[in-house]
Order: sequence, then C-alpha cells, then structure tokens
Amino acid sequence: MEVLVAAIIGLLTAAGVWLTLRARSFDVIVGLSFLSYAVNVFLFASGRLAPGLPPIIDPAAAGYTDPLPQALVLTAIVISFGMTAVLVMMALGVFLRTGSDSTGPAAPDDERKEQ
Amino acid sequence: MIPYLVTPIILPAATAAVMLLVARDNLTLQRIMGLASAAGLVWLVLQFAISTLPRAEALGNWPAPFGIVLAADGLTVLMLGLVAALAVVVLLHVWANGEDKLGASFHPLFQFQLMGLNGAFLTGDAFTLFVFFEVLLIASYGLVVHGGGAERLGAGVRYVVTNLVGSTLFLIGLGVVYAVTGTLNMADLSAKVAMLPAGDAALIRVAAVMLLMVFAVKAALVPLHIWLPGTYAAAPATVAALFAVMTKVGAYAVLRFGMLVFPPGVAATGSLYADLLLPAGLLTLVVGAVGMLGARGMNRVAAYAAIASTGTLFIALSGFTAVSTSAGLYYLVHSTFAVAALFLLADLSRRRGARSGPVAVLFFLTAVAVAGMPPLSGFLGKLLILQARWDAAPVVWPVVLTTSLVMMVALSRLGSDLFWKAATPERPAPATLTAPVLLLLVLVAMTVFAGPVGIALDGVAAALHDPVDYIATVEALK
Repeated sequence: MEVLVAAIIGLLTAAGVWLTLRARSFDVIVGLSFLSYAVNVFLFASGRLAPGLPPIIDPAAAGYTDPLPQALVLTAIVISFGMTAVLVMMALGVFLRTGSDSTGPAAPDDERKEQ
Repeated sequence: MIPYLVTPIILPAATAAVMLLVARDNLTLQRIMGLASAAGLVWLVLQFAISTLPRAEALGNWPAPFGIVLAADGLTVLMLGLVAALAVVVLLHVWANGEDKLGASFHPLFQFQLMGLNGAFLTGDAFTLFVFFEVLLIASYGLVVHGGGAERLGAGVRYVVTNLVGSTLFLIGLGVVYAVTGTLNMADLSAKVAMLPAGDAALIRVAAVMLLMVFAVKAALVPLHIWLPGTYAAAPATVAALFAVMTKVGAYAVLRFGMLVFPPGVAATGSLYADLLLPAGLLTLVVGAVGMLGARGMNRVAAYAAIASTGTLFIALSGFTAVSTSAGLYYLVHSTFAVAALFLLADLSRRRGARSGPVAVLFFLTAVAVAGMPPLSGFLGKLLILQARWDAAPVVWPVVLTTSLVMMVALSRLGSDLFWKAATPERPAPATLTAPVLLLLVLVAMTVFAGPVGIALDGVAAALHDPVDYIATVEALK
C-alpha cells in the first residue's frame, strides 16, 4: 500500500507541476488543484498509514490512527478550495479584459505603459 | 491588566466584520473605524512591550503541544509594533489620497491583512503559521487588484499562482516535519528536532530546506523574487507601502525557525540555513541594486529597493550571532519604513505634479535613507551589518559597498528624471504629505536614539539566540 500511495502522490505532483508550468490560466488552475490533491494525500500519509482504524476513542477498537493529519488535511482542503475560487475569478477577469489567458511574464508593452 | 495575546488578531477581524455589516456604504465611517483599529493595535503593542516577556497562551485552554499556542517574545512585539505603526501611516495616506474609493471593500481587506500579519507573528504553532500566511495572502490578493484594471489583474494572477505553489511547498514541508517529529508546536519541535536519531537527519534537512524556500518566496530572496517587482509596481501605492512589511514576514519566519527549530547547534541541520542564506542574500542585494538601476518608473525602482533591502537584511541574519541578528533587526525596522516612504512618494509625485518642491525634498531624504547614506538610519544599519559580518568581510563588504553606490546612482537618476525633466501630472489631485513625513520622522528618531534602540534590539536578539525562556513559557501551558 505504501508503494501505491507514494506512486499516486508522485503522479499527481508530476501532473500538477507540468500543468502549472504551461503558463495558461486554465492549465495552471487545474495543475494547482492536482498539486493540492497530492499535498492532501501526502499530509494524510504523514500520520502513518493505518487502514481500518478509527481516529476517535472507541472501546471496541483494536488500535487508533493519528487524528491530527486528518484535521490538517481538512484545513488544507478548505484553504485550497477558497484560493482556487479566488484564482478562477481573477483569471476570468484578466481573460475578459485582455482576451489573453497567459500567466507568464508580462509582455514588454505592459512595462512601457507604466511609464 | 495586560490584554490577552489574542486581542491583536481579534480586534482587526472584528473591525472588518462590523465594517461589512454596518458601514458598507459609508466610507468615512470605514476610515474612522480602520484608523481606530490601527490605533488600538499600537496601544496593545505598547501594553505588551511593558509587560514581562516572553508570554504564552493556550487557545481554548488545550494543553501545550496538542492545542494551538500563542506566544510573544521581543521579536513578536517588535514585528507587531512595525505592522501597527505602518498601518496607521498608510491609513492616514489613504484618507488623504482617496485610493480607497477606487473599489469596494478596501478597508475590510486591510483589516483582514492586519489580522493575518498579527496572527503570523503571534502563533507558536507551525501549522497555524501556515493558516495565518493564507489569511494574510488572501487579503493581499484582494488589495493587489484593488481598483482593477487589466494590468493589475494580470500581475495579481501571477502573484496568486506563485504564492499558491509556495503554500503547497509549505504543506509538504510541514507534513515531513510532522511525520519525522510527531509535533507541530514550535517550542516542542525545538526539543524534538535536537533529539532526532541520525537516520532521520536527511528527512528533516529536506523539510528545513522546503520551509526555507517558502519563506524565501515570501521574503523575495533571489531566485524566488520574480513575483515581486511586477506585483508591487502594479498594486496601488498605499497597498505597496503596506506590503513593505510583507517581505519581512518571510524574514521573521526564517528567524523563528532558524533560531528555535533548526538552530545552528543542532546536529541534524547544523549551519544549513546560514550556508544557504549568505549567498542568497548577496545575490538578492546585487539583483535589487542592478534592478533599481535598470527599472523605469518610480514604483518599479521602489519595488527593486524592497528586494535590495531584503538582500541586505539576509546578509545580516545569515550570521546567526546575537550581534548580527541585532544589526539585522535594526535594518529590518529601518528598511520597512524607508521602502514604504518611497512607495508613498511615488504616489505623491504622480498626484502633486513632479515639480512639487516639498515632494522633491522628501524624495531626497528618503533616497538618502534607502541608499544608506549618512546621516539617516540606513547608514547606521549598514554600518552595524558590516561590523557584525566582519567574519565574512571579503565577500560582504565589497558587495554591500558597491551596491550602495549603484543604488545612489539609480536614485539620483530617478530624482533628476522626476524633478527636472518631468511633464504635467497624470491626474492632479490633492494629497497631503503627512504620511511620508511621519515615516521619515521615525527614521530620524531611529538615528537620534540609535543607542537605546540598539540596546533594546540586543536584548531581543539575545533572547532569540537562547530561547530557553520562550520554550519554558510555552511548555508551562501543559
């Protein structure tokens, strides 16, 4: 199971990095989502993988899994959800105003305008 | 009675909520409430400063390594004071130049920004530090694009994407730290990292470097500085002035982790932070100074000045001795106010017309402070840093001195461009000089009272280098 989880984290991260580097807003947003999925699974694994064990006190339980990473993942999910929403709105704003969905470096024209 | 440590977080959060509920359409009321909240923060910081430090509080009364802890030592109070003072000045300037009329919700976002900054400085828990980083970032996303426009939005998207990747790295780093040590409380981490078996040393070093990279993104250390010039130059001037303190959040986090969690004495990490930070700091200073020379427009020059100040700051901090940290803290306070003043003057020179005499005088004084010329505090700060980094003099001295010359040339050229050749202002509008004058007065005070300020900062640095009191205070919350 460790191999499976590690491979999934690696695959999600690779996909996320590749998409983020494409520097177009849709790809970047999907890429950042992949990265945040990878992080969530990784955080989950940081409390050690213990399938089928409860995180809260239960007299019938044979053992427990660490509840803290689950709380951390919950926080991380909420934050990344909010951040993605903000990014989608801002990227849409840029696209509607300029017709460009590039998230790469500003064109030289932009710098001239600042003068 | 000394107020609770949580009040600097609750006050701006509550102010922002009340603003949204009762003062949605009343800008004057929002301005008064914002200033009242900032003034309240100044009062709170003064209360903390005269109380016995360090102090700690368990949120919700959960015992120490398991619950979330707030802790304040000298460094925390210094940073809180920096934020509160800058907030008052920036809000005064916003009132004068009316930048808050450009779009909705400037003042609530500003308060949430203060809440995030205060929380990041107060928390004693690594994961809560991540949460407050996100709070201050999401408020800053709103502030960067305040007033709208395609250029601002484009810069805003690049800023958000960079920081989201940074947040991802932060979480991975924290995950590794938790997997290796089983705790995220910083005082507890200090004990656990020191006791790690040799087999886990490689893992904790990876985590340490990942966290350092996150803080380097926040502090805009080369090569992770690329997001800064575009964002700061495109953001409204008052927002950019407040952001002068944002890069210092990264410096604060590096100091906190470098002193408490991965101090130079720990076998697993050793001098890892010092070895990485010195070259990064030197490179950042060079890139910042050359950037100032190459930049066109005052906003961009100010943005590169922010990068150069980060470089100088990290050259000091990478010494990891009490003397160098104290010099770094002096420069940290100085550079925050100096760079903020430069951003505010960029705004004023655009509004009042470039031939305005008072603006030119203020620009000259600020340029003296930013470049580090006598008699203002920039000179003293650089002198202290040169003295403290005598151990690395062959690399530090030539770089700091040469870049100072380059910065002087860049600022003189900017000054002559602005005040001798300039045409009519874009949008002539009234704006008072109060805010930059206040910032310059702080710099003058820092120069005149350099002795007492230095002694106080020596105390803060000594406590950072020997954090037994801090750890004992947090552990007493069991």
